[in-house]
Amino acid sequence: MSIRVGKTAKAPDFPAAAKVALQDQQLRKNVHHATDVIRNKRALRVQEMDDWQELRQAAHEIKEHTLAHLDHYLQEFERNCTAAGGTVHWARDADEANAIAIGLIQQYGGDEVIKVKTMTSDEVQMNVALEAKGIMAHETDLADMIVQLGHDEPSHIVVPALHRNRFEIRDIFSKKMGLPDLTADPEDLAAAARSYLRDRFLRVNLGISGANFAIAETGSVCVVESEGNGRMCVTLPDVLITLVGIEKLIPAFEDLEVFLQLLPRSATGERMNPYNSLWTGVHAGDGPKEFHVILLDNGRTQLLASKMERETLDCIRCGACLNACPVYRETGGHAYGSIYSGPIGAILSPQLNSLEHSRSLPYASSLCGACYEVCPVKINIPEILIHLRGRVVHDDQQTLSGNLSQMNLAMKGAALVFGSRRRYEAAQRLGRMGQLLFKRNGQLEHLPGMAGGWTRYRDLRALPQQTFREWWKQRQATAPAPESEAR
Amino acid sequence: MQIALFVACYNDTLFPQTGIAVTHVLERLGHTVTFPMQQTCCGQMHYNTGFHQEAVPIVRRFVQTFADAEVVCVPSSSCVAMMREHYEMIAEAANDASFLADVRALLPRIFEFSELLVKHLGVEDVGAAFPHRVAYHPSCHSARVLHLGETPLRLLRAVRDLTLVTIPNNDQCCGFGGTFAVKNADVSGAMLAEKQASILSTPAEVVTAVDNSCLMHIYGGLHRAGSGVRTLHLAEILAAQGGVQ
Amino acid sequence: MTPATSAREAILARIRAALPADRAPEPESITRTYKRAGNLPREACLDLLLDRLTDYESEILHVADESGLPAAIAQALQNAGETRLLADAAFPAAWLPAGVDVVIDRNLSIEAMNGIPAVVTTCEAAAASTGTILLVHHGAQGRRAITLLPDHHICLLHRSQVHELVPEALAAIAEHRGEPITTISGPSATSDIEMTRIRGVHGPRNLTVILYGAI
Repeated sequence: MSIRVGKTAKAPDFPAAAKVALQDQQLRKNVHHATDVIRNKRALRVQEMDDWQELRQAAHEIKEHTLAHLDHYLQEFERNCTAAGGTVHWARDADEANAIAIGLIQQYGGDEVIKVKTMTSDEVQMNVALEAKGIMAHETDLADMIVQLGHDEPSHIVVPALHRNRFEIRDIFSKKMGLPDLTADPEDLAAAARSYLRDRFLRVNLGISGANFAIAETGSVCVVESEGNGRMCVTLPDVLITLVGIEKLIPAFEDLEVFLQLLPRSATGERMNPYNSLWTGVHAGDGPKEFHVILLDNGRTQLLASKMERETLDCIRCGACLNACPVYRETGGHAYGSIYSGPIGAILSPQLNSLEHSRSLPYASSLCGACYEVCPVKINIPEILIHLRGRVVHDDQQTLSGNLSQMNLAMKGAALVFGSRRRYEAAQRLGRMGQLLFKRNGQLEHLPGMAGGWTRYRDLRALPQQTFREWWKQRQATAPAPESEAR
Repeated sequence: MQIALFVACYNDTLFPQTGIAVTHVLERLGHTVTFPMQQTCCGQMHYNTGFHQEAVPIVRRFVQTFADAEVVCVPSSSCVAMMREHYEMIAEAANDASFLADVRALLPRIFEFSELLVKHLGVEDVGAAFPHRVAYHPSCHSARVLHLGETPLRLLRAVRDLTLVTIPNNDQCCGFGGTFAVKNADVSGAMLAEKQASILSTPAEVVTAVDNSCLMHIYGGLHRAGSGVRTLHLAEILAAQGGVQ
Repeated sequence: MTPATSAREAILARIRAALPADRAPEPESITRTYKRAGNLPREACLDLLLDRLTDYESEILHVADESGLPAAIAQALQNAGETRLLADAAFPAAWLPAGVDVVIDRNLSIEAMNGIPAVVTTCEAAAASTGTILLVHHGAQGRRAITLLPDHHICLLHRSQVHELVPEALAAIAEHRGEPITTISGPSATSDIEMTRIRGVHGPRNLTVILYGAI
């Protein structure tokens, strides 16, 4: 089985990638600005909702319920979609999903497709697979276009080109669209995108989309968007292929009332996004004549057995956690080395990869909890991060190099020290003595090994001459104590 | 009241003056403070870093040490967060019913220091005087897990001659994050730089918090920058009774 | 087993193996304590919708009843400098303005639809709190393409179709849940360039809402 999550197999560790990202001042400025804007917009739109917490609770429960009965809902969806004239395909992994798509496209006889934003297709690297077979996939979301034309990688779940400012976008468009006089005015940039794509929308007969929600009760699919390119791709072509991660299922049409209130406010800080499109199978005289759904596993079923891990799949891809995250804020998305970045990426990427890749991501967090606060489906991301750290440590301890790592030795040592009063007090005295090597003017400088990470950025006061317990013992000895402690 | 003090391993070793201040304040209010010598650590560092098995004996030791305490005072909100969020889970995973029962019996008696004063003892004015401009840093655990809210601020507002200053964007993490500070030192440093800039944009002379972990990190940056801004645990401000410190 | 069915069986088997065996197939009760019914009086509800539509920079025209529709539609076209109008065959002929080149959608090609500057449709419901118009694509609401390709969408909304909350509006169209549905909340937009909201990338850049009928 070839589970593939974007380019995670080849991505550098987070600390190394972050170091590079931190040097890019333009990137950091762009990310600060963009996340500040969306975070503030989101806050405004959430404050005006009296029932925000109730909506979050309902969304959480709906998702948890659906996942706990996923086989039932997937089959219900398949039945209803098929009855309405759609064809449902199942793909165990990235390669299968791509093979199905290629097969359908070749059957139709096309060599071009128009695509509306779907992170799932980036996860399986569909464009790469299509291009290898001579099929050109045109991204039609403005941001995905910016990324595609700039030969770049997406850096955010909702706003993939957030790492680019208007001048960088102008340069990309001007070069690739042959528009030397293009200005950096956002309106002009949008207009350039509009005319560039119009021709494609009218001409290309094959469309590929993802889905925000797949409704079991009706066999319907829902695409949530702002620009209108989604409507173009799901309405105008003859053949539509929709790639759906199996976790996108919701039980019934009624459940949309919860998610359509939470998603736009969380993702872009709007009361409602401009367009939501819902369709069921094939509609005579309206839209594609052929509709195919590819239900994708690609590692998701691995998360179902553990209730805590399963919660990861509640995600509705709003990106609010990225915008709230103080770590993402400093590095942007590329540093995570995965199509899924930020807090959700830190738990989803490693798990889809069975912890074979993205192993440094669970540590790419200070556990501040800002993500959990804003998550519209109440995924307890900090808790899952700690759980995954436990799995990483456990796996590492099965290897010799893992056992001999600085961190492991330090932790084992500390556990021994904390296990006995005698050892603990001895360690305190030892620390006071050992620090003399590094002590200058009351500060500890240039600590060795892992601890050097501290002193690279921060001063550190030397250990005080007396610990608290030494002060306490001294005080007990000099003052009359009514009760002694016999412990 | 008899109050058992769990000073926290890093306070014991690096910030004894915090434990001393807590003792003085509680005694000033007429309570008796005890310090069970067998205490070491709450297990957070191990648990949060993924050393879950190694954390279990550390947690057991804490629960045993304080089993008979009427009330436990902890001048470290991240330790209390660890206890409230993970101790039951740890006991359940250990499949030990009596351990779980002990945890459940003990948890309601554990208080972070400012919580203890305001919510349990009903005190806001502890007779402190501290004539300085002080900025309060709401650490992530105290805000998002313990939901301390205004509690520390109510205590600070009752301190004579103290001018309270607000740090802009104060809900943003300072970047300490436990072992994160060394495992991801570069990002931690970048987060610190932002926090520092926010602090230095105010007229604060002193930054305070209910966690010395954050303060150690913030001090590290402020001191290296030669800023002259000091860090002090909330307890030390409440213990102060006038005069420049 | 063909590869197709074996993938299906494999995935379902993995799911069943992972989940606890004693699961009830019926939906458990979900805590729905969020607002499902509004409490605004009708006039206030309508005002809320107008506020939202104005926020989206939509043009809003008011007429008392159906008899005012032809003039209002003509006004909308005039304001935009347009003289050709697309409409579904089921659109009431009595509502169409005179002196306008009306093109009826009888299986028009994509190119043909793309060349017409304006389209007029009715709609199924509206949600005031979010300024959302809901189209169920049958009858005078037309197939999806006609409200997608022309640059100016003129939408007729009967005042009685306005609901306060999103759950209410969705409940109002729920009987059509198996049909193609589009929700429209303002003209197309993007925030992809430095987070500044820019109008009009691909969908209609102009939206006119004409309110008619009793509240």
